[in-house]
Amino acid sequence: MKKIEAIIRTSKFQEIYKCIAGLGVKFLSFYEVKGMGLEHARPQTYRGVAFEPSYIPRTKIEIVTTEDLVEPVIHCILTEGKTGEVGDGKIFVSEVLDAYRIRNNDKGEAAL
Amino acid sequence: MNQEMFTINNLWMMVATILVFIMHLGFASLEAGLTRAKNTVNILFKNTIIPAIGLLTYAFIGFNLMYPGDAFIGSFFGLTGVGISLPEGWNTSAYNEGYTFFTDFIFQAMFAATAATIVSGAVAERVKLGPFIFFSILYVGIIYPIVGMWKWGGGFLDTLATPFYDFAGSTIVHSVGGWGALVGAFLLGPRIGKYTEKGMSAIPGHNIPMATIGVFLLWFGWFGFNGGSVLTADPGTVSLVFVTTAIAGASGAFGALMASYLKFKTYDITMVLNGILAGLVGITAGADLMSVGESAIIGFIGGTLVVFAVVFFDRIKIDDPVGAISVHLVGGIWGTLAVGLFGDLAGISQVWSQLIGIGIVGAFCFVASWLIFFTMKKTVGIRVDEKEEIEGLDINEHSMRAYPDFTTKD
Repeated sequence: MKKIEAIIRTSKFQEIYKCIAGLGVKFLSFYEVKGMGLEHARPQTYRGVAFEPSYIPRTKIEIVTTEDLVEPVIHCILTEGKTGEVGDGKIFVSEVLDAYRIRNNDKGEAAL
Repeated sequence: MNQEMFTINNLWMMVATILVFIMHLGFASLEAGLTRAKNTVNILFKNTIIPAIGLLTYAFIGFNLMYPGDAFIGSFFGLTGVGISLPEGWNTSAYNEGYTFFTDFIFQAMFAATAATIVSGAVAERVKLGPFIFFSILYVGIIYPIVGMWKWGGGFLDTLATPFYDFAGSTIVHSVGGWGALVGAFLLGPRIGKYTEKGMSAIPGHNIPMATIGVFLLWFGWFGFNGGSVLTADPGTVSLVFVTTAIAGASGAFGALMASYLKFKTYDITMVLNGILAGLVGITAGADLMSVGESAIIGFIGGTLVVFAVVFFDRIKIDDPVGAISVHLVGGIWGTLAVGLFGDLAGISQVWSQLIGIGIVGAFCFVASWLIFFTMKKTVGIRVDEKEEIEGLDINEHSMRAYPDFTTKD
């Protein structure tokens, strides 16, 4: 079991989501995140004062999946999430020690 | 006067009253939208309690102070008692051909509260609630009706050789509020982080859609504010006033659009919203005197002025989160002056009378606001402490959040 965490462009979420869902991944969560990165935030102006927000908004996808789907999922994100510009995001992969399904105490990969 | 006409007149005045009433929701939405999420409960609280203060104080003393009767024609001050006492024939055209006594009271009472609402925007995000409420009670209950009496109650501004003219209150309502706003914002000082060594920082409002709704509600209500100030349902005058009001608001939008684009190179909705209001404030003094073209010019200049005024007040470090001083004080002075420059009364002696009115009302309101705010500043304090301001007034003054289900920025 591995956990894939990807920070992606919010505008790319739909394409990535469709691609991943098509692989048969049954468990995925995503949320809005803010942070800093290589890209600068888009400058804004409010009542004549220009400013640069101190953060960039992004979407984070979190998937825990079986070994066989790790590469395809990463492939989805790398292809669907790419614009080639600075700020496309990052993917992190880590080992998951264990998993449980709360409903019926399924353990390990059976819980996914 | 026949009964049918009296009924129609009175009905229109009650409709106008309802329109003025909804302006309080407009102010509440606009001010909440242009300030930060952490202070939303506080700003809504102020905007909710102000109409309540306005109606109650107006019933208790304001109406009598503002309209003390014929015995006080040409004077500075008049009071014949407190509370509401029904005159003889109050519900007939013998009282007035346009309205009954009660309609008169409720229309004027609805007006009264708008003056204090103007102040709440300028002092937003840092004023202590208690002292602000105390200020509002004195300002709406006593200062506003005294000024109103000078013109609308037959006082000395109305009996000048060339009478001062203020149709619906560019000076008597908007500048009165504007002066209070100026003094309040000045004595409070700017919000933490607004003016730093590195220059001025933007403190964006948290809900632009809400601010937009607010301005449309104000514009909507203005048809009653100006249209009701005809004081009858006279078809010609009321329809003229509707047109001048609408045109001035529209050209105010354009004035602000052009000025802010030329100055900042962006299309700033908050400036256009302020511009609409400045156009409306500008036409208010002479809404029944202007042609369509003249109201367009007045509105356009009002909308242009508001952009420069916002920049000016920022430069002298008077922090006005919603632009209330620029809209209501600068717009109010401009509109009052415009009566001497355009329309049926234009002329040098009228300009002079307008200046007298602007100056005397300004001096009185400035001194009165200063006395109230300064006394409180030196005693109970008017500003929340630093920690409270940074964390937000909502959680500290009210133990409540406007958006409890969401994470908001501090």
